[in-house]
Amino acid sequence: MEMLEIISIGIIATILFLLLKDKQPAIAFLIIIITVLYLFIVAIQYVTEIINLIVYLGEQANIHQVYIKTILQIIGIAYITEMGSNLVKDAGLESVAAKIEMTGKLIILFLAIPIFKSLIETIISIFPVV
Amino acid sequence: MLGDTSILFQIAGIGIIVAMIHTILKQMGKEEYAQFVSLIGFIIVLLFVLNSISDLFQQIRAVFFLKG
Repeated sequence: MEMLEIISIGIIATILFLLLKDKQPAIAFLIIIITVLYLFIVAIQYVTEIINLIVYLGEQANIHQVYIKTILQIIGIAYITEMGSNLVKDAGLESVAAKIEMTGKLIILFLAIPIFKSLIETIISIFPVV
Repeated sequence: MLGDTSILFQIAGIGIIVAMIHTILKQMGKEEYAQFVSLIGFIIVLLFVLNSISDLFQQIRAVFFLKG
């Protein structure tokens, strides 16, 4: 069972963090970071499988590859933004975490521009503006 | 599917040893050396973490088609 291993890693990391928190806060924080990175590396193996499925389905359905690529990029940015902002929040820097989240949202909006443009063009070609 | 978790214990070990040396040096009255030991321990651990971060970011870049 992999889930049990992941839970044990979380508990062990918590105990080690509590051990070092008073004496060496910086190293204790690095323990958190390395635990989070490790769990993300485990999670990304599953994500890879799911994304392969999405790409395969898109190919079968003859969807233009640009759209799927954009959506996957958006998911990826959401994924790492969440990780980064949570890490910074753990260290107690709420405002920096808020800025990371804001930048992530803006970049997602920026990536969605081509899709939005093509949507508008489609609508205009269906109902031409006189 | 799970990789190597020993890095977690390595970091905790480095942290405990550094904390110990820090305390001993402080007791001996060598405040400035104690600060140095803390800093060097932190840098060593940071190197581990950097390796791990670059590993994760490479994988994310490969999976989500993020370039540049």
